[in-house]
Amino acid sequence: MMGVVNLVNEPDDLEELTYSRNLASVPFGSRYRLIDFTLSNMVNSGIENVAVFTQHKYRSLMDHLGSGKEWDLDRKRGGLFILPAVLHDTSGVSRGDLYQFYSHRDYFYRGREEYVIITRSHMVCNIDYNAVLDYHLERNADITVVYKKADEQEYAKYRRLAVKEDGQVTVIEDHSGRLRTDNVSLEMYVMSKELLLDMVESCLAQGYDHLVRDGIMKNIDKLSVYGYQHDGHTGIVNTIQSYYKHSMQLLNPKIWRELFFQPKNLIYTKVKDEPPARYTEHAHARNSLIANGCIIEGKVENSILFRGVKIRKGAYVKNSIILQNCEIEENVIIENAILDKDVFISRGRVLTGDKQAPFIASKTKVI
Amino acid sequence: MRKKECVAMLLAGGEGRRLGVLTSKLAKPAVHFGGKYRIIDFTLSNCTNSGIDTVGVLTQYQPLVLNTYIGIGAPWDLDRKHGGVTVLPPYMEQGGGDWYKGTANAIYRNISFIEQYDPEYVLVISGDHIYKMDYDRMLDYHKQRGADATIAVIGVKWEEASRFGIMATDEEGRITEFAEKPKEPKSNLASMGIYIFSWKALKEQLIKDEEDEESSKDFGKDLIPRMLRENLNLVAYPFEGYWKDVGTIQSLWEANMDLLEKEPAFKLNDREWRIYSVNPLQPGQYIAGTAQVRRSLVNEGCCVFGEVDHSVLFYGVQVGEGSLIKDSVIMPNVTIGSNVKIYKAIIGEGTVVEDGAVIGTPEEEGGGDIVLIGSNERVGKTATTTGKG
Repeated sequence: MMGVVNLVNEPDDLEELTYSRNLASVPFGSRYRLIDFTLSNMVNSGIENVAVFTQHKYRSLMDHLGSGKEWDLDRKRGGLFILPAVLHDTSGVSRGDLYQFYSHRDYFYRGREEYVIITRSHMVCNIDYNAVLDYHLERNADITVVYKKADEQEYAKYRRLAVKEDGQVTVIEDHSGRLRTDNVSLEMYVMSKELLLDMVESCLAQGYDHLVRDGIMKNIDKLSVYGYQHDGHTGIVNTIQSYYKHSMQLLNPKIWRELFFQPKNLIYTKVKDEPPARYTEHAHARNSLIANGCIIEGKVENSILFRGVKIRKGAYVKNSIILQNCEIEENVIIENAILDKDVFISRGRVLTGDKQAPFIASKTKVI
Repeated sequence: MRKKECVAMLLAGGEGRRLGVLTSKLAKPAVHFGGKYRIIDFTLSNCTNSGIDTVGVLTQYQPLVLNTYIGIGAPWDLDRKHGGVTVLPPYMEQGGGDWYKGTANAIYRNISFIEQYDPEYVLVISGDHIYKMDYDRMLDYHKQRGADATIAVIGVKWEEASRFGIMATDEEGRITEFAEKPKEPKSNLASMGIYIFSWKALKEQLIKDEEDEESSKDFGKDLIPRMLRENLNLVAYPFEGYWKDVGTIQSLWEANMDLLEKEPAFKLNDREWRIYSVNPLQPGQYIAGTAQVRRSLVNEGCCVFGEVDHSVLFYGVQVGEGSLIKDSVIMPNVTIGSNVKIYKAIIGEGTVVEDGAVIGTPEEEGGGDIVLIGSNERVGKTATTTGKG
């Protein structure tokens, strides 16, 4: 299988967190970026040839991925390919994903693999793509799409599927649709490379350029599309509410273990060489996820601290997500907030948001 | 091969007998330290941070873990096309083979490795000390003084002086006398085991020393005294700052505890001088609602439900509810059940401490020696362990 991480047509809806970066490189879970989960799943499933189709705001993504070394994807044969949008007309507007696949069709021709798995980058889960391929082959399907049963309140944007008892998918509908089902698409599609390239050609010839909408949804009665149900914990993270919700879910040790301690499937990310977290005399941390390089002198509750965060004496951080290198000075109170990288909160400030609408501070802000 | 001004030779073959069970399957430089690191990380990071990109690592005792750990040197940025890190174990020759007989012999037998780079200077260091040092500044000093050899020295406590190589210097810092572990030390200037040699002079000395049948082929015992006898220009390079030999259980434990001071003399959180290490791929640490963590270093991958006070926890350590860990060093992936009490202990990698076990003695009850428990052991409730050093 070759892996395609499709970031084309991806809305960057995480408010301040996606002002200057795309969804794939949004920091998540105290030391990762969203794309780490998808890439690690691919690598752990033995996929050694991965292309990331990017569209815009990908500086931080390139910085994060580098040569692909951290995922063992710095290979002479195959490895990691970052394929940015090709702009043909002078308008400078990039077109849909099928058009981008077409512009980079040589990538597909060169790969020896027969099958392709096309994913997004905002599904936080630990999944074995080999099992999906096995299922695909067993069913003799044209396309296999991975889905899960939605739990209570999802908060994210997603597509729904109507799945028959034998696993066949009869309808795929956008978020705005009226389909009544709790089958939520994880936007992971397995198909043969041949079918994908065929879809690229025929859709573009008709003036369509959107893989799922034009290639799959419109042809669902002509193709045999099957649904593979994934039972493991999965967070769809593409709105600020779902970001907050799924971050906080990591504070459940059961979910923390399931995501990060599958014996063979560790999650890889870029190394930062930070020392272990340091707790001082009056440190008080409860129910929190804390990364290396943090210095905790104050109080931290139900929160997630990324690498290198400093919480000074008398400060109190509650129900919040504090990204890399933020500094919270003495006697600051922060509740229900998300602070992007390098935010500095000066002495004595009080910042409180609402759980449904957390307070968000953009990168490098001084408050 | 491109010429290099200075090549580092890192002596990492040490057995570390005084570290007991910690080194039964591990060379001393590979012993864990500071919640995340292995002892050799500090010297390798010093090389990288000093701009030395060619390092030969001499291994000998139980090399598997160490060799695997060093790999191609990528974590320390030593994966280079020209130079980088090379592991140098003893090898066989046509006329037979032998282990490295002493530190000088180990370098002697790798002369051809050094000559590939045609260096002006050779830095000789060992992989069993905790310190941060800019070797480049020491090299400048060496050049300035036009020395044949420069030895880094540090003032130690007088009562400890007989554990070290002790130097006497004149007012210009020229070394006049050198005594390895003297019974009655004449000064408290101890050799840190860090030498810079002008390669031409060193090579000559190595050959001489090799031919000398009386010699034990050691830098401190033979080579340096001979250089003094021959009236070569040997200077001392004074070092101020944190330096600790972690060769005993006591000093290993102390050095770990030193990191927990309010203002530690050895700062790990120093972005200008990062300590590089192999990344174990662990998520952020989870500190549960029932947990209490104070005056401690905790690494990623830990899951803490109990109380941790004045201790160092390496990656992947699990601490169950109702447990207390005090004044201790817990190595990677140790699983501690619930209602366990651990006082002043070093617990080896992968060991399982069962529910209700008690290790060591609380200070209120007189405290005790450091309790040492090896790797991959199982400590049951019945086997209540107390101080045994």
